[in-house]
Amino acid sequence: MKRLLNTLFVLSEDSYLALENENIVIWGEEGKRGQFPLLGLESVFSFSYKGASPALLGACTKRGIGFTFLTPNGRFLARACGAAQGNVLLRKTQYRISDDPNQSCFAARCFIFGKLYNSRWCLERTVRDHGLRVNVEALKRSASFLSATAAEALKETNLDTLRGWEGQAATEYFRVFNEMILNQKKDFFFTVRSRRPPLDCVNAMLSFGYSLLASDCAAALESVGLDSYVGFLHRDRPGRESLALDLMEELRSVFVDRFVITLINTKQILPKQFDKMEDGAVLLNDVGRKTFLNVWQTRKREQITHPYLQEKMQWGLVPYVQALLLARWLRGDLDAYPPFLWK
Amino acid sequence: MIPLPEEEYRQLSELQHFAFCRRQWALIHVEQQWGENLRTIEGEILHERAHDEQKTEHRGDLLIVHGLRVVSHQLQATGVCDIVEFRRSPDGVSLYGQEGLWKPRPVEYKRGRPKTHDADELQLCGQAVCLEEMLCCEITEGDLFYGEPHRRTAVSFTPQLRARVADLLREMNSLFQKGYTPKATPGKFCSACSLKDVCLPQLKRAPTVTDYLASHAREEKS
Ligand code: SF4
Repeated sequence: MKRLLNTLFVLSEDSYLALENENIVIWGEEGKRGQFPLLGLESVFSFSYKGASPALLGACTKRGIGFTFLTPNGRFLARACGAAQGNVLLRKTQYRISDDPNQSCFAARCFIFGKLYNSRWCLERTVRDHGLRVNVEALKRSASFLSATAAEALKETNLDTLRGWEGQAATEYFRVFNEMILNQKKDFFFTVRSRRPPLDCVNAMLSFGYSLLASDCAAALESVGLDSYVGFLHRDRPGRESLALDLMEELRSVFVDRFVITLINTKQILPKQFDKMEDGAVLLNDVGRKTFLNVWQTRKREQITHPYLQEKMQWGLVPYVQALLLARWLRGDLDAYPPFLWK
Repeated sequence: MIPLPEEEYRQLSELQHFAFCRRQWALIHVEQQWGENLRTIEGEILHERAHDEQKTEHRGDLLIVHGLRVVSHQLQATGVCDIVEFRRSPDGVSLYGQEGLWKPRPVEYKRGRPKTHDADELQLCGQAVCLEEMLCCEITEGDLFYGEPHRRTAVSFTPQLRARVADLLREMNSLFQKGYTPKATPGKFCSACSLKDVCLPQLKRAPTVTDYLASHAREEKS
């Protein structure tokens, strides 16, 4: 399997990025802040509002290096993609399926099955690992609801009904989410999902993590020649990376939720790493973001065995491999899309 | 055969990928998927196209043409010959602006060593067929020149080799027109394939997705 290369995170909000020979140079008020060779780089996440030079963006897209712009707080702004890869046949198949509700549902139910399967096992794992500290009964009840719903979802042929199943399951899952937090409970608690803005520390981390994961998924889809804006479960809406959101569904709980919970439970993240804004929004501060990204990067390098391919790979490659499998299904190599089922 | 417009003719250099693995060829040329190995492959492709503009050298009874563009309507293929040597010979053909008769012989340079499969012979034979069509003559032999070892190997264009070239190009043209990517038939050669990570040859061993989902769904119920 291919190897994960480096990711460059540019966290200072006043940095300007430019190309010099084969290097990314980071400029600040005071001059050069650093420079990194393009070679060996997989992606760049810039949290700076000053941006980057067109020459640098061109060089990155040409080499398949993903380039994502986020606000200093980590909200997704834009991603650079170059002249589209020439895989027009694949894209046309994608569009045809997206236009056909039956076929879209056939794909969407695989995403949803993956999502429910993985959320269920997150709950089961908490029961298994911390049975004496958690409300086993509540977790078990939700897990079996997710399990039953997953089985239904797999047979579903109507997209709207499928979305209904998914909504109910999400509610059920988040209802017991707080059970998985075992440490620092005074400062880290989950009541309800709040997005814009996130209103507590847990939501702040979830939003940040989902934002990173969405960018990874979008970059992975584009790199295999798919259009990240045209989805099956999520319908087209201008400016929305629907297919990236589709692909992300099955990965949310295993990639982000568990990660956030581990950060809290192992006290790698602390209450003082958050800032509270005037409008009530809670956001990771600079120190918090750095911690989050460091652990996130380490996590991406962990080895796993892919449940479908039965092949060892790094965690961080999963979005890429799933995008590839999606493309292989669209090209007729597979009878359906195999979601990443993790337990 | 469906008549194709000339700009849709296959490149003779594609024969190398096709002879190595049909799927590899389709991933590169039909799907234009080249993943992280973009640069490896791009290097190869660049090399294939990095012929200088055509130029001619005289060396006594030898006329050497570099970078000659060739085409065959019968094969529906085009390409560029590294070198075509024309040797003065009574059974040759006349060339415009040159005195006497000349016998052509294509010579192709390859980095590295001779391959275990016949990709290079096929490409050279394809060039010969093009030259025959363009010059209205017969060409029986050409040369492959390998960097390692520094040596020429003569290739004779047998009826079998010619038939294989024609068959492969016909098949290639038809797959390309259909936009079809053949399934993987993995083998030892996969380890030398720069598109392994995009091809996923291990899909061949994997269960069907329907079975994969069903087995996980069963475990959901239990
Ligand atoms: S990995 Fe094997 S089957 Fe796939 S394209 Fe390469 S050589 Fe062909």
